[in-house]
Amino acid sequence: MTTTTLAVLVPLLPFLGAAAGLLLGRAAPGFVRPLAVLPAVAALALAVVVAVRQGGGPSVDAATELTPTGSVPIELALHIDGFAALVAVVVGLVAACVQIYSTGYLREDPRYPSYAALVSLFTSAMFLVVYSGDLIVLLVGWEVMGICSYFLVGHYWETPEARAASIKAFLVTKLGDVPFLIGLFALAADAGSFEITKILGTVAHGGLDHPTLVALLLLAGVAGKSAQFPLHTWLPDAMAGPTPVSALIHAATMVAAGVYFIARLLPVFEASAAAMTVLAVMAAVTMVGSGLAALAQDDIKRVLAYSTMGQLGYMTGALAVGDRGAAVFHLLSHGAFKALLFLAAGVIIHAAGTNSLAAMSRMSNLRDRVPDAYWTMTVALLALAAIPPFSGFFSKESVLGAAERVTVGHTEHAPGAAGWTVLVAGVLTAFLTAAYAARLWLLAFRGRGEEAPDHGRQPLTMNVVLWILAVPSLAFGGFAYRTLPDWFDGNDLAPTLTTSVLGTGAALVGGLVTYAAWRRLTGVAARVPLGAVAAHPEGDAAQVEAEAIATHAPAYGDVASAPDPADPGRLLLGPLHRHAAAGFHLDAVYRELFVRPVLAAASLVRFLDREVVDTYVGGAGALPRWLGAAVRRAQTGNVQTYVSALLAGTVVLAVAALLVASGA
Amino acid sequence: MHLAYPAVLSALLFCTGLYGVLARRNAILILMSVELMLNAVNLNLVAFDVWLSKTAEETLHSGQALTLFTIAIAAAEIGIGLAIVLAVHRNRGTADIDRLRDTAEGHESQEGSAADGSDTDAPATGAAAEKAEATA
Repeated sequence: MTTTTLAVLVPLLPFLGAAAGLLLGRAAPGFVRPLAVLPAVAALALAVVVAVRQGGGPSVDAATELTPTGSVPIELALHIDGFAALVAVVVGLVAACVQIYSTGYLREDPRYPSYAALVSLFTSAMFLVVYSGDLIVLLVGWEVMGICSYFLVGHYWETPEARAASIKAFLVTKLGDVPFLIGLFALAADAGSFEITKILGTVAHGGLDHPTLVALLLLAGVAGKSAQFPLHTWLPDAMAGPTPVSALIHAATMVAAGVYFIARLLPVFEASAAAMTVLAVMAAVTMVGSGLAALAQDDIKRVLAYSTMGQLGYMTGALAVGDRGAAVFHLLSHGAFKALLFLAAGVIIHAAGTNSLAAMSRMSNLRDRVPDAYWTMTVALLALAAIPPFSGFFSKESVLGAAERVTVGHTEHAPGAAGWTVLVAGVLTAFLTAAYAARLWLLAFRGRGEEAPDHGRQPLTMNVVLWILAVPSLAFGGFAYRTLPDWFDGNDLAPTLTTSVLGTGAALVGGLVTYAAWRRLTGVAARVPLGAVAAHPEGDAAQVEAEAIATHAPAYGDVASAPDPADPGRLLLGPLHRHAAAGFHLDAVYRELFVRPVLAAASLVRFLDREVVDTYVGGAGALPRWLGAAVRRAQTGNVQTYVSALLAGTVVLAVAALLVASGA
Repeated sequence: MHLAYPAVLSALLFCTGLYGVLARRNAILILMSVELMLNAVNLNLVAFDVWLSKTAEETLHSGQALTLFTIAIAAAEIGIGLAIVLAVHRNRGTADIDRLRDTAEGHESQEGSAADGSDTDAPATGAAAEKAEATA
């Protein structure tokens, strides 16, 4: 088979799996698990084959026009370059791992068939985004992911948190998608084509008339999808979904789509210095803000959610300094270790019966209950904190190195200010990242107090996946940074000495400061008892998690934070802790700015409808009703009366006709 | 024979029938009155057909043909009508038109609820008074 055929099969297989799963889910429950896992694994295998055949060489392009549109043509187009080939492999890897993991995680869930089908559809949509060479086809995948995330985040729809979070995720990403759509049309109008290669050709010849407008409109959609400030607020709340879904959304699909989209169309953004500066500021604010917020979160998954935003900030930062190789490099390594972090967190939540770090810090022996999760999560956290030689170190250094090259003026695309912004924010975030990674590790695995509850061994499917993902988290960066430039633009991705020392130093300091704070507070934890565990520890992991999410707010007063004086994050942040826990009150600001006016407008419309419009309608109805009541009185039931009236009418008509005929 | 004689006779017959339809209380008598009206029309049809065919060069005597139609239809109508009256009499024990007023406005609610009854009594009694006038 040709590479094109294989590449077409990659998104098609999970899509068929999803369709079959949705159709057969009820009729043939035995087929649901194979239908979920096999397409994902097959798609991974095919993506690997495509990547090997593409091999970083010239891009594979194929296009077929379905139907003429009359103006700008829309084509089913493939455009597979080194970026697309490698990102597809990571998407396939994470999706396959998530599907395997889900068979254990939701093994008793009655809604597993639809869940698995939606995960397959989600994967298929992401493959479509990755391989598509046409922006409209890309948009289709982009929007399908939006609706899938809505359904999957709301999987535990019995809990109000999940319902609210799914609607929020949908609305906030759609808020970005509207300008995104307009931006796509503006871009196509300028370039005369939706095809990526043609657009890039137009940009290369300076044929773009409104680069800043187009770039900023597109940026809004990317900010929504990739959870960048100021449209990031849906991401922490999306933690109300099942953990495998979080892993899928955060590691390889959805949020990666935004970064990947900019990477594909980077020349369009580079045509506008203003857009690059906005991108840099956006990345910097997201990085630092999310780092601070992550230090204050109590829910283990919310810590990881904020860390995802921070890592995405690194990627957009790399794009802001015009190095898409570094951005996609970090996307790849982040995909592996973030998926691992989430899946391990799912195991920990199941074992501990709670998602609260405060409660975990009061359990001893949690690490002995889940040794696989303990070791793999340690690896992933070291990768997240960018400690050499873990893969996160190399990818993060490539971002910082790119920023440093811009500050000294070695590249012509990006403004120097963007370089400085990204570099300073990046080093600061390296410090914060290490701090919250250390806090998570210490609170979850170094707790003291009562024995952790014993819920038996974790399912094999869940543990195996952790080790599979631990391999790339550990080794991918170190092996890949020399060969990756051949796949990408050819920019050097090797760590430079200055930024390595700066970044690693910041990370070490962050980790040590957190450790010191934690040591100071170890005595306090014993004095303040805190914690609540799930009521059904014997249930499957999904049920335990749903209970943990539903009980967090009643047990600790808030979905995000817990009143735990022994939290090292509280000591480090000081007075900032209260604001950081609430995500710097951005939700409250949005509530004042958008939600309340909309609610007020809705109640105004309701008043107008009920009191004004309905009055006219009611009035229009009342007159015929009165007339009808009057006429009804003639209805006596006596046939002879009717005939009399008929006769009288006939006589009147006859007389009138005679008078008219005689001309009187 | 002059046309006036049959015309006047048919008008008298029709008026007699009309009076019967409007004033009689027994359903069978009303049906008989309807027959009178129909026969008045038949008489007219035959008379005018003869009068018209006198002057016409050729005629199909359609008036007389129509009369045969009317007679046949009247036979069928009276058969169905009498059957209905018979069925009503078996059901209700009466063929009095004044007591068969099920289609009157408010008839259902009169039997259904007492609260509505006071509301709909007025038109019912009013109609009864009207009826009394008509029979008088």
